[in-house]
Amino acid sequence: MRRAAQIRRNGHQRRDGRRRHALAASAAAEYHRASALARRAADAARHPADHPPPGPFRPGIWRSPLRGLWLTSILAVVLLAGLIVLAVTGLLSYAAYDPLLPGNDQTPGAGLLHFYLFSWPTHPSWLYRVDQGVHITLGLALLPVVLAKLWSVLPRLFAWPPVRSLAQILERVSLIMLVGGVLFEFATGILNIQNYYVFPFSFYTAHLYGAWVFIAGFVIHVALKFPRMVTGLRSRRLRRELRTPLAETRPEEPDPGETETAEPGGGLRAAHPRAPTISRRGLLAAIGGASLTLGGLVVGQSIGGPARRTSLFGPRGLSATAPHYLPVNRTAASIGLTAADVGPGYRLTLIGTRTVTLTQAQLLALPQHAVELPIACVEGWSVSCQWTGVRLADLARLAGMPDPAAAQVDSIQQVGAFKTAVLSAGQVADPQSLLAVTLNGRVLPRDHGYPARTIIPNAPGVHNTKWVNKITFLKQA
Amino acid sequence: MTGVTTRGRTITSRIRHWYGANPLHLLALLAAFALAGYAVRAVIAAGQFRGFALWFAVAIVGHDLLLFPLYSLADLSVQRLLPWGSSRKRTRPAPAGQVPGPPLINYVRIPAGFSLLLLLAFFPLILGLSGPEYHRASGLTTQPYLWRWLAVTGVLFAASAVSYALAWRRAAARARKQQAAAVAARTRAQQTPHAAPDVPSPVAPRATFDVWPPARQPHRPDSPDLR
Repeated sequence: MRRAAQIRRNGHQRRDGRRRHALAASAAAEYHRASALARRAADAARHPADHPPPGPFRPGIWRSPLRGLWLTSILAVVLLAGLIVLAVTGLLSYAAYDPLLPGNDQTPGAGLLHFYLFSWPTHPSWLYRVDQGVHITLGLALLPVVLAKLWSVLPRLFAWPPVRSLAQILERVSLIMLVGGVLFEFATGILNIQNYYVFPFSFYTAHLYGAWVFIAGFVIHVALKFPRMVTGLRSRRLRRELRTPLAETRPEEPDPGETETAEPGGGLRAAHPRAPTISRRGLLAAIGGASLTLGGLVVGQSIGGPARRTSLFGPRGLSATAPHYLPVNRTAASIGLTAADVGPGYRLTLIGTRTVTLTQAQLLALPQHAVELPIACVEGWSVSCQWTGVRLADLARLAGMPDPAAAQVDSIQQVGAFKTAVLSAGQVADPQSLLAVTLNGRVLPRDHGYPARTIIPNAPGVHNTKWVNKITFLKQA
Repeated sequence: MTGVTTRGRTITSRIRHWYGANPLHLLALLAAFALAGYAVRAVIAAGQFRGFALWFAVAIVGHDLLLFPLYSLADLSVQRLLPWGSSRKRTRPAPAGQVPGPPLINYVRIPAGFSLLLLLAFFPLILGLSGPEYHRASGLTTQPYLWRWLAVTGVLFAASAVSYALAWRRAAARARKQQAAAVAARTRAQQTPHAAPDVPSPVAPRATFDVWPPARQPHRPDSPDLR
């Protein structure tokens, strides 16, 4: 009995002791945990660089084994060439509008950005067609490369700490110009060729100045990163990568720049890469294939002929091969052209040193000339056609001004940015420049500018004014 | 680059310390900002700055914080949901004696990616969003574009399925050839027990079927194990 009580007491004591011990232990653990947390918090406050916030800022989240300096550099070299061609064709296209002639400038206020402009030539007549076809098709073909390049460098957006020096702050700001610029230009360009005018600005203004912001970001990015790109290209052999199947695909080696000052906060490769699901050559083939698909399903609208049928997604591609259809950029219906406008009451007024008014019959009685010239739209499509009509030079002579400095061509059209175009002296004097009255052997269709339209070699489509009713020859441009 | 020395340190090194890079870096960046600023000045003069800046911001945010997470998530989901698409279940489990199928993932995500890229580029025509403006300009309708996109998508997946079948056939043929070679080697080894002591066992290549394509090379000790 006593023994039992003793045991019970002892048990109690023992249990109590155990409980006390457990309490003390848990309190100690609690204390240790709390102090560890506090220490870590204090440490994070003192060295925020080593404690990225969760999510994309933790390097562990980026796990693709293919990301690395070599892959980024390969994509960079493609974009370096491609985006330069894109920028040059774009700036040439702007020059083709002859913005220095009064009334032609869609973007007044460009100021010094006009520095490179020159009088747009009439020869070769295919130049604008090729320039714009390349600009649109290449732009679409580069879309997958741009997206892949952005994918390859995206971990850098979340590099922690976000800034280490003033130099890095400025460099990151310049990336807004680069990345924002390229996405802005691609978005506005791609929407514009499909006539999807959802942007709250004029396409010409935004696409031109957006291009200059992009060019600024692009030039500085190339200047700062070119050596890194060369290092990257040298780190692996392309030919060897193209022979490496998935089973032998390994993550890239750490590159020397990563640990040095060039790339603080780590490079492009994953800290803990996953097993690859695609080889490097497979990824490059996919990007290239996507480029060919996008460009290839559009380019036919710029080549014309039977190739137009292959242009499944070109806005004037396969759709524009319907019987009796020739690509149009503005229908007569859309500008509210009435039968009276182009009926027997139609008059063409020529203003020079004297004013001459011609009826349609008088116009047709003038010497007619035949030319074969392409008409090429800023949206990328083009088509070569047979035109007949009266030479603009003959009309200038008729108005008493054989060598005008410029000519303003006006349309019956009352609305639209291109109801008027100003032609340069060279464009008026070119023997191929016509006021056309037939197209491919038939009377000009109404959607193509009946009763008369200008056709100027090598000019942007919208400068070939339709439904012309007045030409003013100017002594001074 | 050397500079004027003041109190033992060159001006260049002082700038480098304060700025964090070579002074040329600063000059080049300032030149770029000047050019971009000049272009933006013209946008402001045209009275279109608000829309311009908004679209710049939307372009960056739309890509980096919307499009990228969406396609990454889609890719990871496809890898997880596909019956034999993820990195862990790389190959299709095969009945005994047959060659396992190649990983399916790339045969799904490549045609899907191409198709979505076409949609991304041509959604105004495909979805008919620019229909009225497109008709005013061209006299055409946007109707055919949806069907063309669906047709191209169908062709892409069909081509992918065909190439998947071909890849499987090639793998099966290769495995058969290897097995035959191994059997022949074993027979030879049994006939002349003293010759060819280091002929690999015919079962050995099967162990590496975990990686696609199967039985190409043995494990390389210098390559890190990624799983």
